[in-house]
Amino acid sequence: MKFFGFKGGVHPPENKIQTENQAVEVLTAPKMVFIPLLQHIGVPLTPCVEVGERVLKGQIIADSDAFLSVPVHATVSGVVKKIENLPFPLMGSVQTIVIENDEKDEWTTLEKLPEWKNSTKEELLGIIRAKGIVGLGGAAFPTHIKLNPPSDVKIDMLLLNGAECEPYLNSDNRVMIEESTKVVEGIKIMKHILNVDSAVIGIEDNKLEAIEIMKKACQGTNIEVMPLKTMYPQGGEKSLIKAILNKEVPSGKLPSAVGVVVNNTTTAAAIYDAVVNGLPLIDKVVTVTGKAIKEPKNLKAVIGTPISELLEKCGYNEENVEKIVMGGPMMGMAQLTLEVPVIKGTSGLLALTKEETNYCKPKACIGCGKCVDACPMSLEPIMYARLAEFSQWEEMAKYHLMDCIECGSCAYICPANRPLTEAIKIGKAKLRTMKK
Amino acid sequence: MAKILKMGPSPHIRTKETVDDVMYDVIIALLPALLAACYFFGIRAIIVTAVSILSCMVTEYVCQKLMKQDVQIFDGSAVITGILYAFVIPPYMSLVYVVIGAVVSIALGKMVFGGLGHNIFNPALVGRAFVQASWPVAITTFMYDDVGGATLLDTMKRGLSSDVALIENGNLYLNTFIGKMGGCLGETSALALLIGGLYLIYKKQIDWKVPAIMIGTVFVASLIAGANPILHIFSGGLFLGAFFMATDMVTSPHTPKGRAIFAFGIGVLVSLIRFKGGYPEGVAYSILIMNGFVPLINRYTNPKKFGEVK
Repeated sequence: MKFFGFKGGVHPPENKIQTENQAVEVLTAPKMVFIPLLQHIGVPLTPCVEVGERVLKGQIIADSDAFLSVPVHATVSGVVKKIENLPFPLMGSVQTIVIENDEKDEWTTLEKLPEWKNSTKEELLGIIRAKGIVGLGGAAFPTHIKLNPPSDVKIDMLLLNGAECEPYLNSDNRVMIEESTKVVEGIKIMKHILNVDSAVIGIEDNKLEAIEIMKKACQGTNIEVMPLKTMYPQGGEKSLIKAILNKEVPSGKLPSAVGVVVNNTTTAAAIYDAVVNGLPLIDKVVTVTGKAIKEPKNLKAVIGTPISELLEKCGYNEENVEKIVMGGPMMGMAQLTLEVPVIKGTSGLLALTKEETNYCKPKACIGCGKCVDACPMSLEPIMYARLAEFSQWEEMAKYHLMDCIECGSCAYICPANRPLTEAIKIGKAKLRTMKK
Repeated sequence: MAKILKMGPSPHIRTKETVDDVMYDVIIALLPALLAACYFFGIRAIIVTAVSILSCMVTEYVCQKLMKQDVQIFDGSAVITGILYAFVIPPYMSLVYVVIGAVVSIALGKMVFGGLGHNIFNPALVGRAFVQASWPVAITTFMYDDVGGATLLDTMKRGLSSDVALIENGNLYLNTFIGKMGGCLGETSALALLIGGLYLIYKKQIDWKVPAIMIGTVFVASLIAGANPILHIFSGGLFLGAFFMATDMVTSPHTPKGRAIFAFGIGVLVSLIRFKGGYPEGVAYSILIMNGFVPLINRYTNPKKFGEVK
């Protein structure tokens, strides 16, 4: 299969070497877990437990009837202490269930389904939803919806995103290395659900070990491993489809418009665990790294573990730290407090020093056009910052603002350090409020 | 008390490259041409360039103070304007005009628009155009080896000798390429300018298509006009303009397609001025004219966005 690549993109220092050979360590569940009721794109859930109630590990503790939603589960056994609004890693605060760990590690009953091939698509999608599976690449889109495209579109290709194009991160990489069979079995389940013959796993060529191991695990299956040139944002859904299949997803449409469904490789492993072992999504591999971290590691932490516990486990230099980021350095969220918990979409936790962020005082735009060359969506970021200065929001829309995927390549490459992504985010928010 | 962490939107890392780095790359790229100028014009080249750079920096300092801006005279941009202005004037021009032109370059070419990044026209060319309009004799008097003489383009223009006669001097191609002839201080050595230009292409500071299209257009137009294309591309300010002025980030389009149109437009204008106009040279005016079209070009050359339905 030919690698086509995509236009634009940047290549920041990879900084993966610190954790790429670190086997995943299991982090002991903390005394208190904080489980936010919004861990997917969609609406917040309604709790189905009460304060004072004892819950078992793996038990559903909140759910919703809304279309775009998946339940969350207790990640330890213990007693519900509080249900209240608490700091949330993505923004502001969200209703959160606080469980005190009784350290008995008592599981709820898990229904295993090793013979999933005899099940229908609907049954499998039901299991995937009930086990709280969301896309683990960061966007946290409910997987059962992604695997159930409208009946009028024909899906002929399943793409697996093992690119992990964000610098610093190695969580997908480690999952592919350590749980390759789970990933492959998960892909088979997805193929069965989507009724497609073949699948392609795209992995950037800076993860040679993962490429080798996945190739071996895929032998004798109709799943192909495709090494990709290391380039950010290779793992962006649309960039990935362009790079592997040379197809452009039309503006404003989903990958299903070109007959493709894209899922993360870690999601595939989670699907396998959910269907075959009956395990709900209650933990996540998180790469803890950055120059302010003493011993960078890949930790498997239960959902709801405060990030302070992860930092403590890896040793953290409070003096040097400039920013704490949840996620990758290109698209992750800066955190104001260490009280926020690990959520389903958490793939990395970075403690960055000033030197690493390379921040410098913004200067006047010199019109170099490097942002235009770097934009994977072929937009003109240069115009956004100029127009935002004069509050020309409608004019920004004419420059296809809404097509921006907020990958941050433009702001990364800008020699004048113009706040390009910031202008875009503000512009999008303004346009959305204007539409209402 | 826990340390207060920095917030702010993604991305949380950025490239090491700053505007100053970009500017200093251009300065480095101009050095071969400066060395060539020293070789051909001796200490005079250093004096003219130094006076020009100093005048530019002082002017920028005064303007930034008056405009209550941060003083940023060491960001490299004033130095570039200083070098470029020195490069587009005759080496033996009176230092008074050197200073006047340099002051005008910065004050009228750059600072009246608001400073770095806001100017529409190439500052050094604004300075040159001003001096050329005010003291036309001063800027068209070239001296080489103490012999007052015309430039090659001038000679060709006035038909003093036909191209064929010029070529009879066996080393003419080589001499025009390495710059052993009369001309402006930094323009003469196509070779030195090419070395600097290739460095900028290697460092990804300029788009190779701009000089290629601009020089290519003049080459083809020379063929059509029945002139010697090789002599035409190697002489005058074509290489300087193509590698260092048409590629000026601030005053050229920011879209790839726009840059191509811009370079082509300059090539056409240069050819028209050289073959149909009253001046032997045309690079400076052509670039200034096309600078004026940049906002229009930007507006109509938006790249086809990803996923746009054709």
